[in-house]
Amino acid sequence: MFTVRSSILKTLISSNFSKFKYFSTLNNEIKVCIVGGGAAGFYSSQYLLKHLPNTQIDVIEKLPVPFGLVRYGVAPDHPEVKNVINTFNKTAQHPNFKYYGNVSLGKEVTLDELRKAYNIVVLSYGSEIDTLLNISGEDKKNFMSAREFVGWYNGTPGLEELNPDLSGEEVILIGNGNVAIDVARILLTPVDILKKTDITEYSIEALSRSKVKKVYMVGRRGPLQAAFTIAELREMLKIPNVQTIWRSADFEGITSDTVTSLPRPKKRITELMLKSLQEAPKASSDDKQFLPIFFRSPIQINGDSQVESIDFSHTVLKNDRAIATNDVEKITGQLVCRSIGYKATSVDPSINFDDKNGRVVNKHGRVLMKDSTEIDKGLYVAGWLGTGPSGVILTTMNNAFQISQTIIDDIKNGELNCDEKKPGFDYSKFRAVTWDDWKKIDEKEVECGKKLDKPREKIVSVDEMLKLI
Amino acid sequence: MIRIINSRIISCVSKQLTKPIGAQLSRSLCTNVPKPQKEEVQVTFVRANGERVQSKGKVGDSLLDVVVNNSLDFDGFGACEGTLTCSTCHLILSQADYDKLPDKPSDEELDMLDLAYDLADTSRLGCQICLEKSMNGLEVKVPATVNDARS
Repeated sequence: MFTVRSSILKTLISSNFSKFKYFSTLNNEIKVCIVGGGAAGFYSSQYLLKHLPNTQIDVIEKLPVPFGLVRYGVAPDHPEVKNVINTFNKTAQHPNFKYYGNVSLGKEVTLDELRKAYNIVVLSYGSEIDTLLNISGEDKKNFMSAREFVGWYNGTPGLEELNPDLSGEEVILIGNGNVAIDVARILLTPVDILKKTDITEYSIEALSRSKVKKVYMVGRRGPLQAAFTIAELREMLKIPNVQTIWRSADFEGITSDTVTSLPRPKKRITELMLKSLQEAPKASSDDKQFLPIFFRSPIQINGDSQVESIDFSHTVLKNDRAIATNDVEKITGQLVCRSIGYKATSVDPSINFDDKNGRVVNKHGRVLMKDSTEIDKGLYVAGWLGTGPSGVILTTMNNAFQISQTIIDDIKNGELNCDEKKPGFDYSKFRAVTWDDWKKIDEKEVECGKKLDKPREKIVSVDEMLKLI
Repeated sequence: MIRIINSRIISCVSKQLTKPIGAQLSRSLCTNVPKPQKEEVQVTFVRANGERVQSKGKVGDSLLDVVVNNSLDFDGFGACEGTLTCSTCHLILSQADYDKLPDKPSDEELDMLDLAYDLADTSRLGCQICLEKSMNGLEVKVPATVNDARS
């Protein structure tokens, strides 16, 4: 009897709320756990809360504080990019949204526990380690990853002790993506400009003593394959008292005909490089130098205990790949950052993880079962953890919206059954940081920033963050 | 970056001031005439699925302002809030409307558009287009984000 009545009820509901007619679980809250409170996690939350009725979302985050790379990756001198936080804050105000910071998947909770407690789990904890060059000497002093260097100036907990030695005049960046450009810009921008940003005070102190005059940014392939985007390049060209010096040999063969036939984005960035190449550098010996170099692949790191120089082999392009030749060029540098990409790691043995490509095995965001092409129903992956680490916030936003729409489609199409009432997870046994707790940390940071005439001074120690709660 | 934003605001403001300034002055000096109301401009946003969303803004508003002020439901639109650091307010105009716009896109706007999905020759960022009276009835296409990113 009851089943009949409830099916009548469902029909009534579906006819009255045609928009939601697919959701037979209307009376039953769909419990979603999103693992990772960065851009992918917040954009997934935003989309699901808006388009999937009756959803309760719990975001768990390893650090006490939210926003992932928006807080720790976006350069301090790009405050406008961090405006996305305003949207994340709105999402966090939703009554069906809860935040639990200081909770790590694989430590406090296991994936199996989360699967039992929620109807849906979305993995979105990003890419945390960086790709190695796999040549000897990467452990030498003052050879580090750009990820660490960025984490150092942006106040990522655990990287405050990095202490990069900035007493040498030359820095080499290996790789030419936007992360490398960010590092170059932070090293070359006058400190008076940087100190008004939310960059950590200890890095300002170190940068103000910096002796760095030349920053080489070395890519394996040519100008047409450069990974940086045009906005970042244009910004480099505008830094006061910095000359950008290209090598004309790198542009050999790039004629006006080649440029015209390129798609617009490639065409415009190539034109900008050519224009900058043709402008003779202003002769001022006081100026710092930014030196992009192409067609060079690192083969050896030289120096005793500390890095002194890098041997690069010349490369030629074959089918868009850089092939090393026998010619070698030595470039001296007293600080070297590799910046050839990030990699995700598996934080829980239950995750079906592709170690080679550094991402969770998935098909359009649906996680697959181990050693199988079958979908592991109810488990999804969003952001860099599923796509690999590339693109700007917009890319991650689109991906998160897309995965969230896939979840909704799967429920609609009956591929994913959310009828079972799930309890959610009780985080009270851990020292979980709620949204209100984060607000206390946030207020303290803004208050400390005010005294220094900057938007905020980040608290770097996790213990110190937790003391404020 | 700050300089760019200012220049946009200034260009929006100056556009508002240059043309109607005489009219505004004479009206504000004349006490028996009601205070000048900014003129409304009708704008239609056309979603990728063909759905038409009618809306309106005031002269001087940017197309991003129109979306925000009318709470139009375009997911992810205007992520950087008009600071020319993303391309989420990407809109596609007809060739005729594109040609009619008083300002050509700046290098910085084109830089952002180069990262947009579905880039067209008549693409613009909504935050950079300020409404003028002559734009009444403007129709713009909102490129799909979610569906197009799907493989």
